[in-house]
Formats: sequence, structure tokens, C-alpha cells
Amino acid sequence: MFGKLTWNAIPFDQPIPMAASLFMTVLIFGILGLVTWKGWWPYLWREWLTSVDHKRIGVMYVVLALVLLLRGFIDALMMRSQQAIAAGGAQGYLPPEHYDQIFSAHGTIMIFFMAMPFVVGLMNFVVPLQIGARDVAFPVLNAISLWLTATGALLVNVSLVVGNFARTGWLGFPPLSELQFSPDVGVDYYLWSLQISGIGTLLAGINMVTTILKLRAPGMSYMRMPVFCWTALGSNMLIVSAFPVLTATLGMLLLDRYAGMHFFTNTGGGNAMLYFNLIWVWGHPEVYILILPAFGVFSEIISTFSGKPLFGYRSMVGATLAIVVLSYTVWLHHFFTMGAGADVNAFFGIMSMIIAVPTGVKVFNWLFTLYRGRIRYEPPLLWAIGFMITFVIGGLTGVLLAVPPADFALHNSLFLVAHFHNVIIGGVLFGGMAGLNFWFPKAFGFTLDRRLGFVSFWCWLIGFYVAFMPLYILGLMGMTRRLQHYDNLAWQPYLIVAGIGAVIILCGIAATLLQLVVSIRTRQSRLDRSGDPWDGRTLEWSTASPPPMYNFAVLPRVESLDAFWTKPSRYRAAAPTDSSRRSSRSSPASP
Amino acid sequence: MDAHRRLKNWSSRRAARSTRRSRARSVRSVRLLVSTTALLSGCVHEGVLDPHGPISAAERLILLNATGIMLVVVVPVILMTLAFAWWYRASNSRAQYDPGWDYSGHIELVTWSIPAMVVILLAAVGWTGSHELDPKQKIQSSAKPIRVQGVSLDWKWLFIYPDQGVASVNQLVIPAGAPIEFSLSSATVMNAFFIPQLGSMIYTMPGMTTQLNLLAQSAGEYRGFGAHFSGDGFSDMRFPVNAVSGAEFPAWVERARSGGETLDAGAYDRLAAPGTVAAQTYGRVTPRLFEWIVERTVGAPVREP
Repeated sequence: MFGKLTWNAIPFDQPIPMAASLFMTVLIFGILGLVTWKGWWPYLWREWLTSVDHKRIGVMYVVLALVLLLRGFIDALMMRSQQAIAAGGAQGYLPPEHYDQIFSAHGTIMIFFMAMPFVVGLMNFVVPLQIGARDVAFPVLNAISLWLTATGALLVNVSLVVGNFARTGWLGFPPLSELQFSPDVGVDYYLWSLQISGIGTLLAGINMVTTILKLRAPGMSYMRMPVFCWTALGSNMLIVSAFPVLTATLGMLLLDRYAGMHFFTNTGGGNAMLYFNLIWVWGHPEVYILILPAFGVFSEIISTFSGKPLFGYRSMVGATLAIVVLSYTVWLHHFFTMGAGADVNAFFGIMSMIIAVPTGVKVFNWLFTLYRGRIRYEPPLLWAIGFMITFVIGGLTGVLLAVPPADFALHNSLFLVAHFHNVIIGGVLFGGMAGLNFWFPKAFGFTLDRRLGFVSFWCWLIGFYVAFMPLYILGLMGMTRRLQHYDNLAWQPYLIVAGIGAVIILCGIAATLLQLVVSIRTRQSRLDRSGDPWDGRTLEWSTASPPPMYNFAVLPRVESLDAFWTKPSRYRAAAPTDSSRRSSRSSPASP
Repeated sequence: MDAHRRLKNWSSRRAARSTRRSRARSVRSVRLLVSTTALLSGCVHEGVLDPHGPISAAERLILLNATGIMLVVVVPVILMTLAFAWWYRASNSRAQYDPGWDYSGHIELVTWSIPAMVVILLAAVGWTGSHELDPKQKIQSSAKPIRVQGVSLDWKWLFIYPDQGVASVNQLVIPAGAPIEFSLSSATVMNAFFIPQLGSMIYTMPGMTTQLNLLAQSAGEYRGFGAHFSGDGFSDMRFPVNAVSGAEFPAWVERARSGGETLDAGAYDRLAAPGTVAAQTYGRVTPRLFEWIVERTVGAPVREP
């Protein structure tokens, strides 16, 4: 019945995974026990687990992301502490077969089960509200997407207890991931969890594209859509076109492993470089799938807290669409060192640099949105400012890596690791946290604790710089990634500093959790009855907080961009003079 | 073929010219960068910022030039962000508030053209750099080039010197000042061959041979290692690179010839078994062993050499 599964699959002899799984089991049973004890099951089952309401599904996506953030971050702490001590002859406390699983799981979890659910959750919650719809186009499919993603995440975590996880890195490169070199179940866990969650993501993408194209409120033409909806549309178009590539690629690897085929094997005419090309044809659009919604979040926040419309809306939309198209023309920059030849490398290098143009335009537009604004310093805005500064540094190092000869010197080094953490933490994660602080009052009807929000932000920001700036230097010093131990003692001080940075980030995560707990406990005193705690500009702020299941009692009629802000009933003393200007720009009928 | 060579001559002449020009330009940008790099090189006496060969020196220059070009924009953007965010805070009553201002054609023109101009500059750097520093390109030198065939194994590096008929494991001995022509492959999973102070990483791939040309300007010991994760023993896939003086190299070859055992199919199979080993040399190598390894890895029916 269990096939190859025996008691040997459980690593009784290894204390760290056993302790971790014991902790996890106790925690899970503790939560289940509490839920049973309090009699919350009927409520949980009826209102959440079987819900097809896009808002609840969005919230559950974000909860999933936060839980998996904890799991992925524990992996990060283990890696940082291992590398801080395993210098010279020391081997550290994690043997290679365990360390290799940890960095593979860290990457897989953080991208597929933290960053993806975070942005998908935000889009799920916000987009239908912003376009004035009552739900997504296919509500049941939406629930299926969520639970497929959750199943994939569960499978990754089961591998901690039963069997093991892949030891191949987060992209599972063959031939290392082939049966010949990875005969155990780790790669199978990797493949199945990504296949299952990948289908979920694809369905979510189809759902969201359809929603944005078909369910916009009357009057909301494309050029009246909030920028977050535009970036969500771009991101989901990329999901729809890129995720089938991922599924097919991993499917071929599955066939290699299960059916003895030879797509990527060393023998039988297979070629692993085919996998490299295919996985990055998905992988590069994937980073824009993650970052585009974050760009949208920042656009909304910077505009709202500056009390101004977004500067250069049309440029912003154009830049978003340019990124969508260009993201498919750059995948080879992930392997310039393959020896493809100067012309090929130069072409893909220049295409990668060109993406910096629309991205740079976006940064300038945020800058000029702040200009002559009246900036209110709330946690979401701080995340946005932190993002702008951090992200341009990440962009700089990214464009540097797009110059092929520079990449020849820095590829696979800790410089590269620092670069992509710079853009994914500084971009996607900051975006997620900003969105969480921004839309939490909309989702639950009370605001989050402001002070703990600031603490969380500063810990994350400082922790990020302390943790990753040393990695840039180490990359220049020639330290490659994924080392379980190293002989060069000159690297150790930097790695210790990086470890301290990880601890500071830990404080940031703790502050976020504390912020949630404190805010929930004191919710009675922080209720927001207006539905619009931030003086928002778009339609989600026009309905109650939390919104009723049907979102809008009467579907709104949209007459301009920033539909809620420019509504005639919301006359503002601060801005009486330019209402004419706003309406002349946003209504196509007027000359 | 002839046309191809002419094109190559032309492009190398042009490249030489543009290198001279970019050298002059880069002196300025390098000076601009002094504050940044002094900070870094103060603590970096190794790696890609401490080059010991023409390839790594050229790559370092490109690295610094590209960083300098971008900093010209990035630093003002960071400062502007901080300045705007501070000045336009809600509590500052002296700051102008313009709640309807959301478009300016002039500013839009500037925001599109600044990144575009930066990218045009960088694209030129990237295009010429890719061609000048193509790993396949042979290095012009009066010294006789040395051929080395490198193979990544689980988890060790094998270096065969086909012209000398010797081989070494986990150590690379090369004459300083002579171009080294590497042919690289893998007998198991993928890896990457990299000596930061000499320049240009390149993948080693089963069944395929990549070409890399390096030159060590001065004698010394440099770090070499595998730079693409290859499994449990990956961390031990490092090897010292000893660049020795021109006279010392033949002496090392002689020592290797008189000392070690023969690297034939049997000895290779023992070496190729997964695991780590100490540095060692082989006194004789079966001819065409490298080609045999490459073909055998992909399961081609080959006779033992």
C-alpha cells in the first residue's frame, strides 16, 4: 500500500529534523486542539475553508505566505549560522546532505510558497474591489487555486518529516536532479509540490486575467483602472503564459525520472542545457510576476500618502506593459557562462539592460508623485520609501550582472545572491508588507498598530542591509554560493556580520507577528467605521470595512481615474481648484 | 572563412581603438569611484577586484566602469528620494502642496531619456566587452600557449596536459606569462570552472567541451574552484592554481613524469568514483583520454583508449 515508504523514511537518527518536526507536530496539534476546544470548527469550515469569497481567499493566501515565511526564514537562519562557523577546517553543525536540503527548501519555499501566495493573495483581495466587481470571474476555481497552492506547500513541509527534500537547489537543475545522481525521494517532493502549486497558480492567473478584462464596473475603461490593477493584469498575463512552460519542463524531468526518458539525462541523447533554457524562460518572467504587483502596491501607497494622483499614469501603464513583453527576451542572462558566444551573450545582455528603462521610469514617477505632495508617515509609506532606495541599489547590481563580461566574474557568487535578495526582499517582500499594512484595515475593519509597524519596518530595513551588503563584498572576494564549509578565514567576519543581519530581520518578523497579535487584541479601540482610514483614492475605500460578501450594494459608476477620490460627493477643501483639471484629463469625452 | 577572418581583424582593431579610448574615459570614472572602491579594496585583497591577468583586469575595469555609469543616476535618485520624502512631509508648512499635479511632458521626456541614455552607454560597454572578452578568444602573446584539459568529477578536478603527457588532480600548475588554452568538460553533473583572479568563469557540462583562455601575469598562488553546485562534496571542489615562472614549469612537468602513476582507463575509473581526494599528479596519460571521457559520459559506444 505504501510502496517504497517504510519507517526508514523518517530520519530518527538526525536530531535537527526530528526536533523541527516534533515542534511542527506539536504546533499543528496544538492549533487543531485549540480550534476544537473553542468550538471554532463550524465557523472555520463554513466561513473560511469552504469559502469562495475572493476576499477570504486573498486573506488565506496571505496567511499561508506568512506561515511559510517563518519556515523559509528558519532555513535562512540555519544557513547563516552554518556559514558563520564552518570556516577553516570546521564543518559546522549541518552536514552537506542536510545543508543542501536547507538551501534548496529555502529558495523553493520563499519563491513559490511565500512570495507567490503573498502577491496572489493581495491581488485576489484588492483587484475585484478596485475594479468595482462583486467577486472574481470564477469563484470556485479561485478556491481550488488556493488549496492546490496550500497542498504544494504542505508537501514541502511533509518532506521534513517523511523522507527528505531535494538537494539540488531551488531550480532542480539536471543532471544533478536526475535519477542517476539523486535517486532518493527529495527531487520527487520538489517536482510534485511545484507541479501541484504550479497548476494552482496557472488557474489563479486565468481567473484574474478574466476578472480584470470582463468584470470592470460600468465606466471603468482601461485607462481609468488603478495602476495596481494594471500591474496585476501584467503579472497575471505573465502567469498565464509562463507557468505552462514550468509545468512542461518539470513534466519532462518527471518523465525522465519515472518513465526512463532522456530529455535532460547525460546519456541517451539528453541535454541538461535544454532544461536551463526552459526553466529560465519561465524563471525570468517569474521575477516580474512577483515584482509587478509590488510595483502596483507602491504606486497606490505613494499616491495615497502623498495626497496626489500618481505622476505619469500613462507612462506607468506603458512601462508595465513594456516590462511584460521584454521579460521574455532576457532569459539567457542567467547563464552567460555557458559559452554561447559573444553575439548571443551581448544580445541578451542588452535586452536585459533595456528592462532597466521602464523600471527606471517607474522610480522617477514615484519620485515625482512625492514631489509637491503632503506626505503622511504611516507604515505603508515607510515601506515604500525603503523600497525605492533599496530597489535602485538592487537594480544597479542587476544591470551590472547583465553586462556579460562582468557576469563572467560574478556569476554564481554571493554577489548574485545578494543581488536577487536585494530585489526580492527590497521589492517583493517590502511590497507585501506595505500592502499588508495598507489593506489590513479594509480586510478586517480595524487598523494595525502603528508603532509596531514602524519597529518591523526598521528592523527589516536595517537587517537587510546588515545581512546582504557583506554578501556583495564576499562575492567580489570570490566566494561562490551554496558552500557548506570553506577554508578562507578572511570570509568569516563578513559571514558573521551577515548572520547578525539575519537576527535583526528576525526581530522584524517578530515585530510583525506582535503587531498582528496586539492589534487583534485591541481591535475594539482601533475600529475604523469610515471604511477609508487612509484617505484613499480608489474604489475599495468606498465600501464598508470589512466589505460585505457582495462588495458593493450598488455597483459603482466610474467617471474618472482615482474613482473614489474624484467622486463629486467627496469634495475636498484641500483641492478645490483642480477638480476641473482632473476631470478634463480623465474623461475622454472632453476635448 | 576569409571574410570571417577579415571581419575579426577589423573588429579586433576597432576593439583596440575603443579600448584605448575607453581607457582614457575610464580613468576619470575610476577616479570618481575611488571613494567606493577604496572602501571595498581596503578589505578585498583577493577575488575579482585584485586581478592578476589581462582577462580579469579587463573584467574588473568593465565592472567599475558600468558601476560608475550607473552611480551617476542612482546616487541622485537616492538623494532625491530622501530629500523629497523629507521636505514634503505633511508637517512642513513651508512645502508647496499641489494635489492635482500629475503630469508634465518635460519631466516625462527626461524620465524616459535618462535611463535610456544610461542603457545606451552600458549597451556599448556590454557589446564590445562581450566580444573582446569572449572566453573562446585566444590571447595574443609571444609565449607558447599551454593546453590544459579540465574535467570536473564528483568531487574533484582533473587537469590533463596533453602536450606534456602529464595530469594533476585538485591542483593546477601553469607557467606565468603564457596563455593557457583550457578545454573543459564534466564527467558527471554540471559544474563551473573559475579562478577569480585570472578571470571568466565557464560551465563544465557533460558531453560538451567549453573553451576558455586565461593568462597569469605574475607568478603566485591563486584560488580556483567549482562554482556551480554539484552535490554533497561541492564545497571541497577547490584547487590551488600555482602560476610558476617560465623555467619552473618544465621542472614541475619533469617531477610529475618521474613520480606519479599512469592515468589510463582503470586509474581514471578509480579516480572518478564519487568522493574527495588529496592533490596528486600522474606521470603518464593515455593519449586522447579527454576525448574518451567526454564521449563516454554521454554513453557513446567508445573503445578504451
